[in-house]
Amino acid sequence: MTVNPEPEALDLAGALPEVTRAELSALHARLAENADAAGVLDVAYRTLDTPAGSLLLAATRSGLVRVAYRIEGHDQVLEALASRVSPRILQAPGRLDAAAREIDEYFAGRRRSFDLPLDFRLCTAFRRKVLRHLPGIGYGHTASYATVAAAVGAPRAVRAVGTACATNPLPLVVPCHRVIRSDGQPGGYLGGPATKRLLLDLEAA
Amino acid sequence: MAEHGATVLRVCRAILGPADADDAWSETFLAALKAYPRLGGAANVEAWLVTIAHRKALDVTRAAARRAVPAADLPEQAAARGAGGGGGADPDLADALAALPRRQREAVAYHYLAGLPYADVAAVTGGSTEAARRAAADGIARLRKTYAGAALPDGETA
Repeated sequence: MTVNPEPEALDLAGALPEVTRAELSALHARLAENADAAGVLDVAYRTLDTPAGSLLLAATRSGLVRVAYRIEGHDQVLEALASRVSPRILQAPGRLDAAAREIDEYFAGRRRSFDLPLDFRLCTAFRRKVLRHLPGIGYGHTASYATVAAAVGAPRAVRAVGTACATNPLPLVVPCHRVIRSDGQPGGYLGGPATKRLLLDLEAA
Repeated sequence: MAEHGATVLRVCRAILGPADADDAWSETFLAALKAYPRLGGAANVEAWLVTIAHRKALDVTRAAARRAVPAADLPEQAAARGAGGGGGADPDLADALAALPRRQREAVAYHYLAGLPYADVAAVTGGSTEAARRAAADGIARLRKTYAGAALPDGETA
């Protein structure tokens, strides 16, 4: 029960050869491969630098499950993925190669639609229905929240369509930025209004 | 994961030397990923990882002993250890640590590198808390004799 007070911590770690960042990232990369092969890598993630800032991309074995802007807080997003999807989550760029390539092509103006397996497990059924409808709004076009509500057969659910867009776990790839207010104003965006403007301008060019 | 990776690697290196540490580290985290859902939210992750690392290190040591021509192992390990030094750190301390008896090396690594209290060290290695404390104290005393370099802790005689 009574424990002798410790002498103030010895810096044994500091006196030993240091563990370098490069050594750790090599080990992490190998672990990600082994974990994937062993079927225990539930969520793989990476970040990607884009004109809209750093994006966090995360994928399950079923597909892309989350795209997050920096202002959403990448650390919080990873914590939410760990609690809502699985704590077996590792930085593992390999699973996100295709997503990263397509997003790069989109920002370079060379891609108008995404061709990626998507995992909508973070969405409720209604929101999923709304989000699945959005790729139907073509590149360079927009639709109002009311139009989308009517299109999914719930004309009075304009506000719920707004919420579905505001909580879209796959912004950019599922183009909620193409949904705007009936008066033509862009409206809100989870990447911030400036990002919505950036994407609409990119697609209008 | 990121916050524990460096600590666990230091522990593996201290117990096994750099040549086998990478394998033990990889095995530890792979086993941790497999077992993770069974770990309660409030559990002590560091102690849990050290427990796994301890078992993996024993596996590695046993496997090495089975296939070993012991004389052939030593120069290779020493060379690898020497090459592993960096950033002005003194590889002599790693050698001094490697020369400790296993129980002392484990107690020193788990307490001073992983930061486990002696009760947790004892839970990992077996034996009493008092024995773990003694093994760490003896280990530090011996390190101080064999290694003249960095500041080691003051005497911890109970």
